[in-house]
Amino acid sequence: MILVYTESEEGKIKKIALEAVSYAKGIADQMGTSVTAVAINANDTSELGKYGASKVLEVSDDKLNKFNGEAYADVIGQAAKSEGAKVIVLTSSANSKFLAPTLAVNLEAGFVPNVVELPSSTSPFKVKHSVFTNKAFANTEITTDIKIVGIGKNSYGLKENETSATTEAFTANLDAHDFDMEVVSVDKATDTVTIADAEIVVSGGRGLKGPENWGMIEELADILGAATACSKPVSDMGWRPHSEHVGQTGKPVASNLYIAIGISGAIQHLAGINASKVKVVINNDPEAPFFKAADYGMVGDAFEIVPELNKKLKEFKAQNA
Amino acid sequence: MKILVCISHVPDTTSKINFTDGDTKFDTNGVQFVINPNDEFGLTRAMWFKEKQGATVHVVNVGGPETEPTLRKALAIGADEAIRINTAATDGFSVAKQLANVAKEGGYDLVIGGRESIDYNGGMVPGMVAKLIGANFVNTCINLEVEGDKATAIREIDGGKETLKTSLPLVIGGQKGLVEESDLRIPNMRGIMQARTKPLNVKEPVDANSETSTVSFEKPAPKGDVKLVDSVDELINLLHNEAKAI
Repeated sequence: MILVYTESEEGKIKKIALEAVSYAKGIADQMGTSVTAVAINANDTSELGKYGASKVLEVSDDKLNKFNGEAYADVIGQAAKSEGAKVIVLTSSANSKFLAPTLAVNLEAGFVPNVVELPSSTSPFKVKHSVFTNKAFANTEITTDIKIVGIGKNSYGLKENETSATTEAFTANLDAHDFDMEVVSVDKATDTVTIADAEIVVSGGRGLKGPENWGMIEELADILGAATACSKPVSDMGWRPHSEHVGQTGKPVASNLYIAIGISGAIQHLAGINASKVKVVINNDPEAPFFKAADYGMVGDAFEIVPELNKKLKEFKAQNA
Repeated sequence: MKILVCISHVPDTTSKINFTDGDTKFDTNGVQFVINPNDEFGLTRAMWFKEKQGATVHVVNVGGPETEPTLRKALAIGADEAIRINTAATDGFSVAKQLANVAKEGGYDLVIGGRESIDYNGGMVPGMVAKLIGANFVNTCINLEVEGDKATAIREIDGGKETLKTSLPLVIGGQKGLVEESDLRIPNMRGIMQARTKPLNVKEPVDANSETSTVSFEKPAPKGDVKLVDSVDELINLLHNEAKAI
């Protein structure tokens, strides 16, 4: 049995959770078994069957309204035990990465994160995962009885696989130690797309000359429904918040489309965005290293190109709406 | 307060990544090794606790003698003592077991690790150490204050941040934000001289099993040439019809 933790946010199942279910179904088919999903305080889990879950364990507990690594790991671990799960599938979200090591110790399970495709073999259990911040891949065998894999975002995609799923309530035994940590406040922008969830990311670099010039970047992001990001120097100079810094020591980006404007493409930056599918660079220096890493490039002045791009994209969106 | 900072010895971020022995080993030839950047933010925050709150700071690494220059650098930055656990770092769990043993024996109140090492990107060691020693854990930690045995931490979440109250003993997975890039310290001559005489204790490993084993490495397939476009119209057209990205 394959167990997948299907993350939700304010009760709504996240898209990455559906990708995780698709992936879990892929492994289940390889191993000739089925997929059970565990959802915590999700309002509606009916979608999970569509991607291949044949059973959904619904946990509802007000104490779990806010994420808590220890408690969530206990819930998932107990679900895994009661279902006799051999493989547990997680995502690469901040919360999955938080709880995975705790879960791994609880279950004495080997854990491999950033997995990019289905196991090349399930006995022995061998997975390919990105290492050296996307500069290479490793093929790693998990040798424990129970295995935990964290899949890289956008590496498998959504695959529909209509399955009729049964739903069961599941209650975990939680004790005081599960709640040694208290969330005092959550500060989260609700009106903008996050880099973690975005299909498209628009990123600006030092070539934009100053924080006052980010209006056109934000406008472009707005037109495309994209998240905004930036290079390391831009965040170091305080032009943009650290949370937008993309690269080896910042955030990784695994979007469908990454548009880099005025970013030369230092090796650390390119590593961080390597998992993105389509890369576009706009830069006035044709020698900028980014042109070697990009799929599409335009040499020219961002201050001329971006406003024109915004105008034409608006027209394009209006026509293709 | 006793602080243990876990230091991963990693290739510098500009390193070219190659493999040897039939793609089974990382090629260290010509590679410069540094303190893992996420750990360095944590070490620098530990220096702040040392200077403002009188904390004692020890650093620890799991690895062979070749990792000692990295530990000496941490001593030159200001750590009081270093420990090297004399065994090759094979997988996340076995490293966590070694570190947990040191953390427990030393009675540390705060264990600082990095969100992930920039080589294997496992991101699992701090969380595993926390569970193994029964301490609280905060991952992707971007701010930490400690008063008595109470701690307030801010962690980065997808699209925002979250403030947490917890208590010691505590393990964190730290990253940029714990201190700023401009707060990082380059060891000065005095620090380097002092580091030579500070204790660097070599400790033999405890029994620890690996749970994963890397069989081989590979590099990404070479990328095709960039398609240069001359006009915005052409770019939109290609992104829509060819790349199907908009």
